[in-house]
Amino acid sequence: MSVDLNQNHFELFGLPARFAVDAAALEARYHELQREVHPDRFAAAPDAERRVSMQLATRVNEAYQTLKLPLKRAVYILHLRGVDPELETNTAMPTEFLMEQMGWRERIEADSERPEALLQLRAGLRDESRKIYATLHGQLDAGRDDQAASQTTRMLMFYEKLAEEIDDKLAEIET
Amino acid sequence: MALLQISEPGQSPEPHRHRIAVGIDLGTTNSLVAAVRNGIAVVLNDHDGHALLPSIVRYLRDGRTVVGREAEADLARDPRNTIVSVKRFMGRGLKDVTHAENSPYDFLDSPGMVQIRTVTGVKSPVEVSAEILKALRARAEETLFGKSGGELAGAVITVPAYFDDAQRQATKDAGKLAGLNVLRLLNEPTAAAIAYGLDNAAEGIYAVYDLGGGTFDISILKLSKGVFEVMATNGDAALGGDDFDQRLFCWVVERAKLAPLSPEDTRLLLTKSRAAKEFLTANAEARVSATLASGETVDVTVTQKEFQDMTRPLVAKTLGPTRKALRDARLEWDEVKGVVMVGGATRMPHVQQAVAELFGQAPLNNLDPDKVVALGAAIQANVLAGNKASGDDWLLLDVIPLSLGIETMGGLAEKVIPRNSTIPVARAQEFTTYKDGQTAMSLHVVQGERELVSDCRSLARFELRGIPPLVAGSARIRVTFQVDADGLLSVSAREATTGVEAAIAVKPSYGLDDEQITQMLRDSFDHAKEDVHLRALKEQQVEGGRMLEATEAALREDADLLSAEESAALRSELEALRKTLSCTDHRTIKSGIERVNRASEAFAGRRMDRSIKRALAGRKVESL
Repeated sequence: MSVDLNQNHFELFGLPARFAVDAAALEARYHELQREVHPDRFAAAPDAERRVSMQLATRVNEAYQTLKLPLKRAVYILHLRGVDPELETNTAMPTEFLMEQMGWRERIEADSERPEALLQLRAGLRDESRKIYATLHGQLDAGRDDQAASQTTRMLMFYEKLAEEIDDKLAEIET
Repeated sequence: MALLQISEPGQSPEPHRHRIAVGIDLGTTNSLVAAVRNGIAVVLNDHDGHALLPSIVRYLRDGRTVVGREAEADLARDPRNTIVSVKRFMGRGLKDVTHAENSPYDFLDSPGMVQIRTVTGVKSPVEVSAEILKALRARAEETLFGKSGGELAGAVITVPAYFDDAQRQATKDAGKLAGLNVLRLLNEPTAAAIAYGLDNAAEGIYAVYDLGGGTFDISILKLSKGVFEVMATNGDAALGGDDFDQRLFCWVVERAKLAPLSPEDTRLLLTKSRAAKEFLTANAEARVSATLASGETVDVTVTQKEFQDMTRPLVAKTLGPTRKALRDARLEWDEVKGVVMVGGATRMPHVQQAVAELFGQAPLNNLDPDKVVALGAAIQANVLAGNKASGDDWLLLDVIPLSLGIETMGGLAEKVIPRNSTIPVARAQEFTTYKDGQTAMSLHVVQGERELVSDCRSLARFELRGIPPLVAGSARIRVTFQVDADGLLSVSAREATTGVEAAIAVKPSYGLDDEQITQMLRDSFDHAKEDVHLRALKEQQVEGGRMLEATEAALREDADLLSAEESAALRSELEALRKTLSCTDHRTIKSGIERVNRASEAFAGRRMDRSIKRALAGRKVESL
């Protein structure tokens, strides 16, 4: 196939490889690309084109998800720079951060039967995540400290896991 | 007055052949077929002016099969052989069928999907559904082509958004079995959103609340500048209007202190309960009266309040999935601009009220909840068949409803593709061996949100053999999941450490394999005394013609992408294909098509590449 699969996600979307992305521009590009490659555009086309269309639409979807979600985007930028943030393997987090995590977990457990309280915790987590985005913007775009950014990315992962836990608890209550 | 079109000098317009495709809403209770005619989507009625075809199939002793109203008329007389709500059994094992004990059918628990013993033999839900689709296909062909005869270019069949892979595969198989070219499986709430969105030029976040006869879906969509993007979906594939009938039926049986009922009496009272439920939508009370086979009479009055109280738990069961969908979409209630109501069961006042309370706004009821899904499917079918008109430049981005994963040690499900991923989507994950020298690996593909494999739906099992014997944990087995635009999954696995490769494609163990379908098609044609070969020939001729047309159009547009040599090679394959079209063996045409396919693969890739570059440049294709 002649489509350049070596293009990275940012190149595919014609955007600068930065953590701070223009969400509206990202979405607009996404729609433009899918308008060209989506299988619905090729439903009446020969097999070969249909196959290529599915591959490219799959690729565009993956790129979009990666660039849209802050955690994935940070990991991807580090990956492009040859840095592995060791999300699954590096557990050496600052003690203060780990204590804080334990605090969150205790609160989620204590409120596991109260949806209102859980929703409040979730809003609190969202605020924490926003602070982390700002930090990552500084470390990845402005100051370029990939090691510090790796640790911040790991922190973000912890927060996202907490948010997932809350969602699971809410889902449990609702069923 | 219509304006005459004049083409630019030297550019004769394409001889545009309008290819007619239909949209089919294959519902639990009723089914419909719709098509775009003169630029407008319309539901196609039967001879008597009915739009709805009751989704009821009766198998008769003399071998005949009747569908719809005629089958419905004999429902209480021949309940064992008259199949209603077959959609509930699609892609389902016996243990998944709710109210099986109240059901008059003689179920046969076969691997993969439950089957039903009838007077003309064992029928799978796929075959029963195919009968409904055949009836709709006949209706469409008669309405659209009349006596002149003609063939549909294809069909879009709708499925509940919350249908899993097995249920989707079963639906697609039913379409094939009915002789339809299934262009796409389309999620019901998404179909409704298309019809609603295009009709109202809607922009913003919309929720579609779809409570049908047997299924519940909630989808959250973002509509912006002609893009319909599903952000999240959730639901219950076994909750619908049927359950409200069932609840009222049980209440009547209790209230009238009836002894255990025969299948005939059960069916009679269920039908009466359904009528009472519908009556209660606009009336304060309803009577359920019937004379049973024994001569015993039942006469019970039920008030709207009593009915609402007894069915409130069912309404409540829709609210949890709704909350989850909104959370998955990462939205707050006040961000939802409108709630579109779909499905006959949303007519019930207490359903309307519960939705209004949850969203804090009155739901939108300006579309016929029975027809909107079929209309949306017809609009999509028209575009997929290649009939682009101005204003059709919209795009649909849908998601998979349930996570897809693989079984790992300890019976745990490892998610490979999370729910609400936009399709098409592919994801690869690496797994490794458990024992030293292990040369084979058994892979179990599951769908669902739960951690334990036993709580998820099993989709397929397959083995990867020929793994080089290595120390435990050092083989690298890469398992790739690909979900296509119909939401259907294929899985492949490959061992990569030593360069030894083994790959296998999987077809879900639910549904039918291609051979079974071919056999069934053959049987049905024998029955109809139609010539299988003639049909296959005709199909390949149509396919070959389409291929020629599409490839030639592509060459006209983008011939510069090919070297003189490549172009000559492709053209010579096209010529060869053209010659095969007049032959009488479908296999010759088929191989001609395959040769063109192979010869145009690189060309297709380059054309796509060019499309992308154009998109990136932000320019429209037409302007180049």
